Amino acid sequence: MNLSFFDQFTSPCLMGIPLILISMLFPTLLLPTQTNRWITNRMSTLQLWLASMVTKQLLLPLNKPGHKWALILISLMIFLMTINLLGLLPYTFTPTTQLSMNMALALPLWLATVLLGLRNQPTTSLAHLLPEGTPTPLIPILIMIETISLMIRPMALGVRLTANLTAGHLLIQLISTTAITLLPIMPTVSILTTTILLLLTILEVAVAMIQAYVFILLLSLYLQENI
Amino acid sequence: LCAAVLLKDTKLMDVKLGQLPTWLAMRDFTPGGILGGLRRGYDRYYNKYINVRKGGLGGISMLLAGYVVISYIWSYSHIKHDRRRKYH
Repeated sequence: MNLSFFDQFTSPCLMGIPLILISMLFPTLLLPTQTNRWITNRMSTLQLWLASMVTKQLLLPLNKPGHKWALILISLMIFLMTINLLGLLPYTFTPTTQLSMNMALALPLWLATVLLGLRNQPTTSLAHLLPEGTPTPLIPILIMIETISLMIRPMALGVRLTANLTAGHLLIQLISTTAITLLPIMPTVSILTTTILLLLTILEVAVAMIQAYVFILLLSLYLQENI
Repeated sequence: LCAAVLLKDTKLMDVKLGQLPTWLAMRDFTPGGILGGLRRGYDRYYNKYINVRKGGLGGISMLLAGYVVISYIWSYSHIKHDRRRKYH
């Protein structure tokens, strides 16, 4: 039956021991460790260059108190990016396809931004519920709409990441099954399908990186409003 | 005479075949010891292939290839049902 297409998303277990922890900890092996050398190895240099480039871009619109969030935002982004990219290797498991993990990342961070705003500058953060220049009769409805959009943000953050990655992996599996099944029957169509698979894989690599970036970008946006 | 190295401190390649059971019994099999062994093994790999000034693609590729192999082994019991299936 078609059940086996979703088997790649089941949380891996070895004799009852959940292996998802190892999948989540593997990126640490790929990230540089601290040394007291001035010129480190190539991998460290490359990753440091990438991280500083992204940090400068991301923290440009944030004010001084917002810079305290730099560490958690950038480390989260590197975490998500490595996990997403590692999931594209054959037979590996991507923890970010689990909604539980993404909600666990999105909800506390979003809540932190909202609570920070309500605590430090309650008037300003409540004022965000009403865009400038709205006609007076529309104000009640608009406030309700803006509240709903505020409440839906953590759901959107988590589900966006889950859905993008799950859909990508599923598509790759479907199209590769087509290519292999069609090979003895219609080789030309099989070659066309393989071309599509190649393009899709390139797209998936891009999506893996972009989704991680978008997650962090939106969080920094929510932070800008509230800090 | 010569300062003989203690059996506990000899490396695995230098242990004579007859001394192997004794050597194994002397190793540290506590969780902390195992973790220390893993850490030392990883440090040896890291310092040989990755922590060099002009490291190449090979160092990290071996790591990723090992990860793929381990993931295959972990999911084998699940995947083996797909071998003779007609409709996937």
